[in-house]
Amino acid sequence: MALNENEKINEIDVNELDCRDTKTFWEKFGNIFRSKSLWMLHYCTGCGAIELPPTMTSRFDMERFGMGPMATPRQADVLLITGYLSVKTLRRVIYTYEQMQTPKYVVGFGSCTLNGGIYYDSYAVISRLDYYIPVDLYIAGCMPRPEAVMNGFRTLLDMINKGEAKGWKRYLKYNDWYKRNQIRALGEVYVKDEFHE
Amino acid sequence: MTTFFSAIGLVLLAFFWQVTLSGIARKVVARGQKRMGPPFYQQFLDIFKLWSKGSITHGFIYDFGVIMALGGTIATLIFVPAGNFVVFKGLDNFFVITYLLAIGLLGMAMSASGSGNPWASIGVMRGLTQNLGYELPFLIVVLSLIYDYKTGSISGIAEAQQGMGILGWNLFRMPLGTIVAFVSLLGMLGKKPFDTPIAPAEIASGPLVEYSGKHLGLLMLQHEFAQFIEVGLFVNLFLGGGTVIEFLIKYFFVYILATMIGNVMGRFKIDEVVAFYLKVPLLLAFIQALIIIFTGLGVSVWL
Repeated sequence: MALNENEKINEIDVNELDCRDTKTFWEKFGNIFRSKSLWMLHYCTGCGAIELPPTMTSRFDMERFGMGPMATPRQADVLLITGYLSVKTLRRVIYTYEQMQTPKYVVGFGSCTLNGGIYYDSYAVISRLDYYIPVDLYIAGCMPRPEAVMNGFRTLLDMINKGEAKGWKRYLKYNDWYKRNQIRALGEVYVKDEFHE
Repeated sequence: MTTFFSAIGLVLLAFFWQVTLSGIARKVVARGQKRMGPPFYQQFLDIFKLWSKGSITHGFIYDFGVIMALGGTIATLIFVPAGNFVVFKGLDNFFVITYLLAIGLLGMAMSASGSGNPWASIGVMRGLTQNLGYELPFLIVVLSLIYDYKTGSISGIAEAQQGMGILGWNLFRMPLGTIVAFVSLLGMLGKKPFDTPIAPAEIASGPLVEYSGKHLGLLMLQHEFAQFIEVGLFVNLFLGGGTVIEFLIKYFFVYILATMIGNVMGRFKIDEVVAFYLKVPLLLAFIQALIIIFTGLGVSVWL
Protein backbone atom coordinates (compact mmCIF):
# COMPACT_ATOMS: atom_id res chain seq x y z
CA MET A 1 0.00 0.00 0.00
CA ALA A 2 1.18 3.46 -0.80
CA LEU A 3 1.59 4.54 2.78
CA ASN A 4 4.61 5.50 4.77
CA GLU A 5 5.14 3.64 8.01
CA ASN A 6 5.29 6.82 10.05
CA GLU A 7 1.88 8.11 8.93
CA LYS A 8 -0.35 5.33 10.19
CA ILE A 9 -3.99 5.19 9.29
CA ASN A 10 -6.01 6.80 12.04
CA GLU A 11 -7.78 3.69 13.31
CA ILE A 12 -11.31 4.10 14.56
CA ASP A 13 -13.49 1.04 14.74
CA VAL A 14 -16.28 2.10 12.43
CA ASN A 15 -18.00 -1.23 12.88
CA GLU A 16 -18.33 -0.87 16.63
CA LEU A 17 -20.01 2.52 16.60
CA ASP A 18 -23.74 2.61 16.35
CA CYS A 19 -25.34 3.14 12.98
CA ARG A 20 -28.12 0.61 13.04
CA ASP A 21 -31.07 0.51 10.74
CA THR A 22 -33.85 2.65 12.06
CA LYS A 23 -36.14 -0.35 11.46
CA THR A 24 -39.14 1.75 10.64
CA PHE A 25 -41.97 0.03 8.82
CA TRP A 26 -41.01 1.41 5.42
CA GLU A 27 -37.38 0.49 5.96
CA LYS A 28 -38.32 -3.13 6.64
CA PHE A 29 -40.78 -3.12 3.74
CA GLY A 30 -38.16 -1.75 1.34
CA ASN A 31 -35.58 -4.26 2.56
CA ILE A 32 -37.85 -7.13 1.48
CA PHE A 33 -37.84 -5.84 -2.12
CA ARG A 34 -34.17 -4.87 -2.05
CA SER A 35 -33.20 -8.36 -0.95
CA LYS A 36 -35.13 -9.98 -3.81
CA SER A 37 -33.86 -7.81 -6.62
CA LEU A 38 -30.19 -6.95 -6.62
CA TRP A 39 -28.52 -5.41 -9.66
CA MET A 40 -24.78 -5.61 -9.74
CA LEU A 41 -22.36 -3.33 -11.47
CA HIS A 42 -20.33 -4.98 -14.18
CA TYR A 43 -17.10 -3.36 -13.01
CA CYS A 44 -14.60 -6.08 -12.45
CA THR A 45 -11.09 -5.33 -11.29
CA GLY A 46 -9.11 -8.44 -10.47
CA CYS A 47 -9.01 -12.14 -11.25
CA GLY A 48 -12.22 -13.00 -9.34
CA ALA A 49 -14.12 -11.53 -12.27
CA ILE A 50 -13.49 -14.66 -14.28
CA GLU A 51 -15.75 -16.60 -11.90
CA LEU A 52 -18.71 -14.32 -12.62
CA PRO A 53 -19.62 -15.51 -16.15
CA PRO A 54 -20.23 -19.12 -14.97
CA THR A 55 -22.16 -17.73 -12.00
CA MET A 56 -24.43 -15.76 -14.33
CA THR A 57 -24.93 -18.34 -17.10
CA SER A 58 -26.79 -21.58 -17.28
CA ARG A 59 -24.95 -23.72 -14.76
CA PHE A 60 -25.26 -21.57 -11.65
CA ASP A 61 -27.87 -19.07 -12.94
CA MET A 62 -27.63 -16.04 -10.69
CA GLU A 63 -30.87 -14.60 -12.12
CA ARG A 64 -32.86 -17.12 -10.02
CA PHE A 65 -32.40 -14.72 -7.10
CA GLY A 66 -33.29 -11.67 -9.15
CA MET A 67 -29.66 -10.68 -9.55
CA GLY A 68 -28.43 -9.43 -12.85
CA PRO A 69 -25.71 -7.31 -14.42
CA MET A 70 -26.29 -3.60 -15.03
CA ALA A 71 -24.27 -1.49 -17.39
CA THR A 72 -24.18 1.75 -15.44
CA PRO A 73 -23.46 2.63 -11.78
CA ARG A 74 -26.58 4.79 -11.48
CA GLN A 75 -28.81 1.74 -11.75
CA ALA A 76 -26.71 -0.69 -9.75
CA ASP A 77 -27.19 -1.81 -6.13
CA VAL A 78 -24.06 -3.83 -5.49
CA LEU A 79 -20.44 -3.14 -6.39
CA LEU A 80 -18.19 -6.16 -6.72
CA ILE A 81 -14.51 -5.70 -5.96
CA THR A 82 -13.17 -8.87 -7.47
CA GLY A 83 -9.63 -9.05 -6.19
CA TYR A 84 -6.64 -6.74 -5.94
CA LEU A 85 -7.04 -2.99 -6.37
CA SER A 86 -4.17 -0.89 -7.61
CA VAL A 87 -4.06 2.67 -6.38
CA LYS A 88 -5.01 3.99 -9.80
CA THR A 89 -8.03 1.70 -9.96
CA LEU A 90 -9.06 2.64 -6.44
CA ARG A 91 -9.72 6.20 -7.55
CA ARG A 92 -12.09 4.96 -10.27
CA VAL A 93 -13.76 2.58 -7.84
CA ILE A 94 -14.43 5.46 -5.46
CA TYR A 95 -15.87 7.61 -8.27
CA THR A 96 -18.06 4.67 -9.27
CA TYR A 97 -19.18 3.93 -5.73
CA GLU A 98 -20.19 7.52 -5.13
CA GLN A 99 -22.30 7.55 -8.28
CA MET A 100 -24.46 4.66 -7.07
CA GLN A 101 -27.74 5.48 -5.33
CA THR A 102 -28.20 5.09 -1.65
CA PRO A 103 -29.07 1.55 -0.65
CA LYS A 104 -25.78 0.29 -2.08
CA TYR A 105 -23.62 -2.61 -1.06
CA VAL A 106 -20.02 -3.64 -1.61
CA VAL A 107 -18.78 -7.22 -1.86
CA GLY A 108 -15.07 -7.97 -1.65
CA PHE A 109 -13.76 -11.12 -3.33
CA GLY A 110 -10.89 -13.12 -1.96
CA SER A 111 -7.96 -12.29 0.24
CA CYS A 112 -6.65 -9.35 -1.81
CA THR A 113 -9.46 -7.09 -0.65
CA LEU A 114 -9.13 -8.36 2.90
CA ASN A 115 -5.42 -8.04 3.64
CA GLY A 116 -3.63 -7.53 0.36
CA GLY A 117 -3.13 -11.21 -0.38
CA ILE A 118 0.03 -11.80 -2.38
CA TYR A 119 0.27 -8.05 -3.02
CA TYR A 120 0.63 -7.31 0.70
CA ASP A 121 3.79 -5.22 0.48
CA SER A 122 3.33 -3.74 -2.96
CA TYR A 123 3.71 0.00 -3.39
CA ALA A 124 1.07 0.13 -6.13
CA VAL A 125 -1.71 -1.97 -4.57
CA ILE A 126 -3.84 -1.17 -1.55
CA SER A 127 -3.87 -3.87 1.04
CA ARG A 128 -7.14 -3.38 2.88
CA LEU A 129 -10.27 -2.28 1.08
CA ASP A 130 -12.47 -1.22 3.97
CA TYR A 131 -10.24 1.70 4.84
CA TYR A 132 -11.48 3.34 1.65
CA ILE A 133 -15.03 2.18 0.98
CA PRO A 134 -17.31 0.29 3.40
CA VAL A 135 -17.42 -3.41 2.60
CA ASP A 136 -20.54 -5.35 3.56
CA LEU A 137 -19.33 -8.85 2.84
CA TYR A 138 -16.09 -10.64 2.03
CA ILE A 139 -16.11 -13.90 0.10
CA ALA A 140 -13.27 -16.23 1.04
CA GLY A 141 -11.12 -17.96 -1.54
CA CYS A 142 -8.37 -17.13 -3.97
CA MET A 143 -10.28 -16.89 -6.15
CA PRO A 144 -13.72 -17.97 -4.85
CA ARG A 145 -15.42 -20.69 -6.89
CA PRO A 146 -18.91 -20.00 -8.26
CA GLU A 147 -20.41 -22.04 -5.39
CA ALA A 148 -18.70 -19.74 -2.91
CA VAL A 149 -19.85 -16.68 -4.86
CA MET A 150 -23.46 -17.91 -4.84
CA ASN A 151 -23.20 -18.69 -1.14
CA GLY A 152 -21.82 -15.21 -0.50
CA PHE A 153 -24.62 -13.60 -2.45
CA ARG A 154 -27.25 -15.58 -0.54
CA THR A 155 -25.66 -14.37 2.70
CA LEU A 156 -25.72 -10.81 1.40
CA LEU A 157 -29.40 -11.12 0.47
CA ASP A 158 -30.19 -12.39 3.97
CA MET A 159 -28.20 -9.53 5.48
CA ILE A 160 -30.10 -7.01 3.38
CA ASN A 161 -33.42 -8.53 4.39
CA LYS A 162 -32.51 -8.26 8.07
CA GLY A 163 -31.13 -4.73 7.62
CA GLU A 164 -27.58 -5.75 8.54
CA ALA A 165 -25.93 -4.60 5.30
CA LYS A 166 -25.55 -0.98 6.33
CA GLY A 167 -22.21 -0.06 4.80
CA TRP A 168 -23.72 2.85 2.88
CA LYS A 169 -24.92 4.37 6.16
CA ARG A 170 -21.44 3.96 7.58
CA TYR A 171 -20.03 5.77 4.55
CA LEU A 172 -22.41 8.67 5.15
CA LYS A 173 -21.79 8.83 8.88
CA TYR A 174 -17.99 8.45 8.88
CA ASN A 175 -17.45 10.13 5.53
CA ASP A 176 -14.59 12.32 6.77
CA TRP A 177 -12.71 9.30 8.06
CA TYR A 178 -13.05 7.50 4.71
CA LYS A 179 -12.14 10.68 2.83
CA ARG A 180 -9.04 11.14 4.96
CA ASN A 181 -7.88 7.62 4.22
CA GLN A 182 -8.59 8.03 0.51
CA ILE A 183 -6.64 11.27 0.30
CA ARG A 184 -3.76 9.71 2.22
CA ALA A 185 -3.47 6.87 -0.29
CA LEU A 186 -4.30 8.77 -3.45
CA GLY A 187 -3.40 12.37 -2.90
CA GLU A 188 -5.80 15.13 -3.82
CA VAL A 189 -6.54 15.70 -7.47
CA TYR A 190 -8.13 18.63 -9.19
CA VAL A 191 -10.85 17.25 -11.45
CA LYS A 192 -11.41 19.43 -14.46
CA ASP A 193 -15.12 19.33 -15.27
CA GLU A 194 -15.45 20.48 -18.85
CA PHE A 195 -19.16 19.87 -19.08
CA HIS A 196 -20.27 22.23 -16.34
CA GLU A 197 -17.99 25.13 -17.19
CA MET B 1 -67.99 8.88 -13.68
CA THR B 2 -68.20 5.48 -15.37
CA THR B 3 -65.57 6.69 -17.84
CA PHE B 4 -63.30 7.65 -14.95
CA PHE B 5 -63.57 4.27 -13.26
CA SER B 6 -63.18 2.31 -16.49
CA ALA B 7 -60.07 4.37 -17.31
CA ILE B 8 -58.62 3.48 -13.90
CA GLY B 9 -59.58 -0.14 -14.54
CA LEU B 10 -57.83 -0.18 -17.91
CA VAL B 11 -54.65 1.29 -16.44
CA LEU B 12 -54.65 -1.29 -13.63
CA LEU B 13 -55.34 -4.11 -16.11
CA ALA B 14 -52.45 -2.93 -18.29
CA PHE B 15 -50.14 -2.68 -15.28
CA PHE B 16 -50.81 -6.10 -13.80
CA TRP B 17 -51.04 -7.98 -17.11
CA GLN B 18 -48.05 -6.44 -18.84
CA VAL B 19 -45.74 -6.50 -15.80
CA THR B 20 -46.62 -10.15 -15.16
CA LEU B 21 -45.97 -10.92 -18.82
CA SER B 22 -42.60 -9.15 -18.67
CA GLY B 23 -41.67 -11.48 -15.82
CA ILE B 24 -42.88 -14.50 -17.80
CA ALA B 25 -40.87 -13.27 -20.79
CA ARG B 26 -37.75 -13.22 -18.62
CA LYS B 27 -38.56 -16.81 -17.64
CA VAL B 28 -38.99 -17.72 -21.33
CA VAL B 29 -35.64 -16.16 -22.22
CA ALA B 30 -34.03 -18.06 -19.34
CA ARG B 31 -35.51 -21.39 -20.47
CA GLY B 32 -34.20 -20.67 -23.96
CA GLN B 33 -30.73 -20.46 -22.43
CA LYS B 34 -31.24 -23.61 -20.29
CA ARG B 35 -31.57 -21.65 -17.06
CA MET B 36 -34.32 -21.64 -14.46
CA GLY B 37 -34.81 -17.90 -14.57
CA PRO B 38 -36.32 -15.56 -11.99
CA PRO B 39 -39.83 -16.05 -10.57
CA PHE B 40 -42.65 -14.71 -12.75
CA TYR B 41 -43.29 -11.79 -10.40
CA GLN B 42 -39.69 -10.60 -10.59
CA GLN B 43 -40.61 -7.52 -12.63
CA PHE B 44 -42.92 -6.29 -9.84
CA LEU B 45 -40.10 -6.71 -7.32
CA ASP B 46 -37.73 -4.75 -9.57
CA ILE B 47 -40.16 -1.88 -10.01
CA PHE B 48 -41.05 -1.67 -6.31
CA LYS B 49 -37.39 -1.90 -5.33
CA LEU B 50 -36.57 1.01 -7.63
CA TRP B 51 -39.30 3.08 -6.00
CA SER B 52 -37.70 2.42 -2.60
CA LYS B 53 -34.25 3.63 -3.70
CA GLY B 54 -32.75 7.08 -3.60
CA SER B 55 -32.52 9.15 -6.73
CA ILE B 56 -30.79 12.26 -7.95
CA THR B 57 -31.86 14.97 -10.32
CA HIS B 58 -30.00 16.71 -13.13
CA GLY B 59 -32.33 19.69 -13.35
CA PHE B 60 -35.92 20.57 -14.02
CA ILE B 61 -36.07 19.26 -17.60
CA TYR B 62 -34.78 15.89 -16.41
CA ASP B 63 -37.58 15.52 -13.82
CA PHE B 64 -40.29 17.01 -15.98
CA GLY B 65 -39.47 14.77 -18.96
CA VAL B 66 -40.00 11.64 -16.86
CA ILE B 67 -43.42 12.84 -15.71
CA MET B 68 -44.28 13.89 -19.27
CA ALA B 69 -43.30 10.49 -20.66
CA LEU B 70 -45.32 8.58 -18.07
CA GLY B 71 -48.33 10.91 -18.25
CA GLY B 72 -48.33 10.96 -22.04
CA THR B 73 -48.17 7.18 -22.19
CA ILE B 74 -51.01 6.74 -19.69
CA ALA B 75 -53.06 9.28 -21.66
CA THR B 76 -52.47 7.20 -24.79
CA LEU B 77 -53.22 3.98 -22.99
CA ILE B 78 -56.78 4.87 -22.06
CA PHE B 79 -57.65 5.35 -25.74
CA VAL B 80 -56.59 1.79 -26.60
CA PRO B 81 -59.52 -0.66 -26.45
CA ALA B 82 -58.87 -3.97 -24.70
CA GLY B 83 -61.08 -6.13 -26.88
CA ASN B 84 -64.63 -4.92 -26.32
CA PHE B 85 -63.63 -2.89 -23.26
CA VAL B 86 -63.53 0.65 -24.67
CA VAL B 87 -63.13 3.59 -22.31
CA PHE B 88 -63.92 6.43 -24.73
CA LYS B 89 -66.51 4.94 -27.07
CA GLY B 90 -66.29 6.51 -30.54
CA LEU B 91 -63.06 8.33 -29.73
CA ASP B 92 -60.62 5.42 -29.96
CA ASN B 93 -59.31 6.64 -33.30
CA PHE B 94 -56.02 5.38 -34.71
CA PHE B 95 -54.79 8.91 -35.37
CA VAL B 96 -55.38 9.95 -31.75
CA ILE B 97 -53.19 7.10 -30.57
CA THR B 98 -50.48 7.78 -33.17
CA TYR B 99 -50.26 11.43 -32.14
CA LEU B 100 -50.42 10.84 -28.39
CA LEU B 101 -47.83 8.05 -28.49
CA ALA B 102 -45.24 10.57 -29.67
CA ILE B 103 -45.59 12.52 -26.39
CA GLY B 104 -44.12 9.67 -24.38
CA LEU B 105 -41.19 9.29 -26.75
CA LEU B 106 -40.51 13.04 -26.88
CA GLY B 107 -40.72 13.38 -23.09
CA MET B 108 -38.21 10.59 -22.75
CA ALA B 109 -35.94 12.20 -25.36
CA MET B 110 -36.15 15.60 -23.65
CA SER B 111 -35.40 14.17 -20.25
CA ALA B 112 -32.51 12.01 -21.42
CA SER B 113 -30.92 14.94 -23.25
CA GLY B 114 -31.38 17.01 -20.09
CA SER B 115 -29.24 14.55 -18.15
CA GLY B 116 -26.20 15.71 -20.12
CA ASN B 117 -24.67 12.28 -20.55
CA PRO B 118 -23.30 11.68 -24.06
CA TRP B 119 -24.48 8.04 -24.05
CA ALA B 120 -28.01 9.29 -23.42
CA SER B 121 -27.87 11.61 -26.42
CA ILE B 122 -26.62 8.79 -28.62
CA GLY B 123 -29.36 6.48 -27.34
CA VAL B 124 -32.09 9.07 -27.93
CA MET B 125 -30.78 9.72 -31.43
CA ARG B 126 -30.88 6.01 -32.13
CA GLY B 127 -34.40 5.69 -30.69
CA LEU B 128 -35.81 8.49 -32.83
CA THR B 129 -34.03 7.14 -35.93
CA GLN B 130 -35.49 3.69 -35.31
CA ASN B 131 -38.90 5.33 -34.85
CA LEU B 132 -38.47 6.79 -38.34
CA GLY B 133 -37.80 3.28 -39.64
CA TYR B 134 -40.74 1.32 -38.22
CA GLU B 135 -43.44 4.00 -38.35
CA LEU B 136 -43.52 4.21 -42.14
CA PRO B 137 -44.34 0.57 -43.08
CA PHE B 138 -46.71 0.23 -40.10
CA LEU B 139 -48.62 3.40 -41.01
CA ILE B 140 -48.94 2.37 -44.68
CA VAL B 141 -50.45 -1.00 -43.73
CA VAL B 142 -52.84 0.56 -41.21
CA LEU B 143 -53.83 3.36 -43.58
CA SER B 144 -54.72 0.82 -46.26
CA LEU B 145 -56.81 -0.98 -43.62
CA ILE B 146 -58.54 2.29 -42.74
CA TYR B 147 -59.09 2.99 -46.46
CA ASP B 148 -60.94 -0.26 -46.95
CA TYR B 149 -62.90 -0.50 -43.69
CA LYS B 150 -63.88 3.19 -44.09
CA THR B 151 -63.25 3.80 -40.39
CA GLY B 152 -60.31 4.90 -38.27
CA SER B 153 -61.77 3.53 -35.06
CA ILE B 154 -59.72 0.72 -33.53
CA SER B 155 -62.71 -0.99 -31.93
CA GLY B 156 -64.64 -0.51 -35.22
CA ILE B 157 -61.95 -2.42 -37.14
CA ALA B 158 -61.80 -5.05 -34.39
CA GLU B 159 -65.58 -5.59 -34.52
CA ALA B 160 -65.62 -5.72 -38.32
CA GLN B 161 -63.39 -8.79 -38.19
CA GLN B 162 -65.58 -10.80 -35.86
CA GLY B 163 -68.31 -11.95 -38.25
CA MET B 164 -66.73 -15.12 -39.59
CA GLY B 165 -64.80 -16.53 -36.67
CA ILE B 166 -61.10 -17.09 -37.08
CA LEU B 167 -61.08 -16.63 -40.87
CA GLY B 168 -62.32 -13.10 -40.46
CA TRP B 169 -59.15 -11.92 -38.78
CA ASN B 170 -56.89 -9.66 -40.75
CA LEU B 171 -54.12 -12.17 -40.00
CA PHE B 172 -55.72 -14.50 -42.58
CA ARG B 173 -57.22 -11.85 -44.82
CA MET B 174 -53.99 -9.93 -45.33
CA PRO B 175 -51.00 -12.04 -44.19
CA LEU B 176 -48.49 -9.77 -45.92
CA GLY B 177 -49.65 -6.74 -43.97
CA THR B 178 -49.64 -8.73 -40.73
CA ILE B 179 -46.02 -9.76 -41.24
CA VAL B 180 -45.05 -6.13 -41.87
CA ALA B 181 -46.93 -5.01 -38.76
CA PHE B 182 -45.32 -7.73 -36.65
CA VAL B 183 -41.82 -6.76 -37.78
CA SER B 184 -42.70 -3.16 -36.95
CA LEU B 185 -44.02 -4.36 -33.58
CA LEU B 186 -40.64 -5.95 -32.82
CA GLY B 187 -39.06 -2.56 -33.44
CA MET B 188 -41.61 -0.77 -31.25
CA LEU B 189 -41.12 -3.20 -28.37
CA GLY B 190 -37.33 -2.94 -28.70
CA LYS B 191 -36.94 -6.70 -28.99
CA LYS B 192 -33.62 -8.13 -30.01
CA PRO B 193 -32.82 -7.42 -33.64
CA PHE B 194 -34.03 -3.87 -33.07
CA ASP B 195 -32.82 -3.14 -29.52
CA THR B 196 -30.29 -0.62 -30.79
CA PRO B 197 -31.54 2.32 -28.62
CA ILE B 198 -30.89 0.52 -25.32
CA ALA B 199 -27.86 -1.56 -26.25
CA PRO B 200 -26.52 -2.27 -22.74
CA ALA B 201 -23.07 -3.52 -23.71
CA GLU B 202 -22.48 -0.81 -26.30
CA ILE B 203 -23.80 2.47 -24.94
CA ALA B 204 -24.56 1.55 -21.29
CA SER B 205 -28.38 1.24 -21.72
CA GLY B 206 -28.56 4.40 -23.81
CA PRO B 207 -31.23 6.92 -22.75
CA LEU B 208 -31.51 5.27 -19.33
CA VAL B 209 -27.85 5.67 -18.45
CA GLU B 210 -28.29 8.51 -15.93
CA TYR B 211 -31.57 7.32 -14.41
CA SER B 212 -31.57 5.82 -10.98
CA GLY B 213 -34.03 4.84 -8.30
CA LYS B 214 -37.44 6.45 -8.56
CA HIS B 215 -36.88 8.02 -11.97
CA LEU B 216 -35.88 4.65 -13.41
CA GLY B 217 -38.87 3.00 -11.73
CA LEU B 218 -41.27 5.46 -13.36
CA LEU B 219 -39.60 4.96 -16.73
CA MET B 220 -39.85 1.17 -16.41
CA LEU B 221 -43.56 1.64 -15.74
CA GLN B 222 -43.79 3.88 -18.80
CA HIS B 223 -42.07 1.21 -20.87
CA GLU B 224 -44.58 -1.44 -19.71
CA PHE B 225 -47.53 0.82 -20.58
CA ALA B 226 -46.02 1.60 -23.99
CA GLN B 227 -45.67 -2.12 -24.65
CA PHE B 228 -49.34 -2.64 -23.72
CA ILE B 229 -50.35 0.04 -26.23
CA GLU B 230 -48.26 -1.42 -29.05
CA VAL B 231 -49.20 -5.08 -28.58
CA GLY B 232 -52.82 -4.04 -27.92
CA LEU B 233 -52.94 -2.16 -31.23
CA PHE B 234 -51.60 -5.20 -33.08
CA VAL B 235 -54.11 -7.55 -31.44
CA ASN B 236 -57.04 -5.24 -32.16
CA LEU B 237 -56.10 -4.48 -35.74
CA PHE B 238 -54.93 -7.87 -36.97
CA LEU B 239 -56.18 -10.55 -34.56
CA GLY B 240 -59.75 -9.35 -34.22
CA GLY B 241 -59.91 -8.06 -30.63
CA GLY B 242 -62.71 -10.07 -29.04
CA THR B 243 -63.83 -9.98 -25.41
CA VAL B 244 -61.38 -8.92 -22.73
CA ILE B 245 -60.41 -12.52 -21.98
CA GLU B 246 -59.85 -13.33 -25.66
CA PHE B 247 -57.89 -10.10 -26.01
CA LEU B 248 -55.59 -11.02 -23.12
CA ILE B 249 -55.01 -14.55 -24.46
CA LYS B 250 -54.11 -13.25 -27.94
CA TYR B 251 -51.94 -10.60 -26.30
CA PHE B 252 -50.09 -13.32 -24.39
CA PHE B 253 -49.27 -15.29 -27.54
CA VAL B 254 -48.17 -12.24 -29.54
CA TYR B 255 -45.92 -10.99 -26.73
CA ILE B 256 -44.33 -14.36 -26.03
CA LEU B 257 -43.76 -14.95 -29.77
CA ALA B 258 -42.02 -11.57 -30.04
CA THR B 259 -39.88 -12.47 -27.00
CA MET B 260 -38.92 -15.86 -28.43
CA ILE B 261 -37.98 -14.35 -31.79
CA GLY B 262 -35.96 -11.70 -30.02
CA ASN B 263 -34.21 -14.36 -27.95
CA VAL B 264 -32.47 -15.98 -30.93
CA MET B 265 -31.46 -12.82 -32.75
CA GLY B 266 -28.37 -10.65 -32.78
CA ARG B 267 -28.49 -6.88 -32.84
CA PHE B 268 -28.62 -4.62 -35.90
CA LYS B 269 -26.55 -1.48 -36.17
CA ILE B 270 -28.73 1.63 -36.40
CA ASP B 271 -28.05 2.21 -40.10
CA GLU B 272 -28.92 -1.44 -40.76
CA VAL B 273 -32.21 -1.01 -38.89
CA VAL B 274 -33.33 1.90 -41.06
CA ALA B 275 -32.04 0.30 -44.27
CA PHE B 276 -33.87 -2.94 -43.40
CA TYR B 277 -37.18 -1.23 -42.58
CA LEU B 278 -37.07 0.96 -45.64
CA LYS B 279 -36.27 -1.94 -47.96
CA VAL B 280 -38.16 -5.13 -47.09
CA PRO B 281 -41.15 -4.20 -44.87
CA LEU B 282 -41.81 -0.95 -46.74
CA LEU B 283 -41.88 -2.79 -50.08
CA LEU B 284 -44.20 -5.48 -48.66
CA ALA B 285 -46.41 -2.77 -47.16
CA PHE B 286 -46.71 -1.04 -50.55
CA ILE B 287 -47.57 -4.34 -52.25
CA GLN B 288 -50.23 -5.02 -49.60
CA ALA B 289 -51.66 -1.51 -49.98
CA LEU B 290 -51.78 -1.83 -53.78
CA ILE B 291 -53.51 -5.23 -53.54
CA ILE B 292 -56.16 -3.80 -51.21
CA ILE B 293 -56.72 -0.65 -53.23
CA PHE B 294 -56.79 -2.04 -56.77
CA THR B 295 -58.11 -5.59 -56.41
CA GLY B 296 -60.13 -5.37 -53.21
CA LEU B 297 -58.49 -8.65 -52.18
CA GLY B 298 -57.29 -8.80 -48.62
CA VAL B 299 -59.98 -7.11 -46.61
CA SER B 300 -62.88 -8.50 -48.62
CA VAL B 301 -61.33 -11.75 -49.86
CA TRP B 302 -63.57 -14.12 -47.93
CA LEU B 303 -66.74 -12.11 -48.30
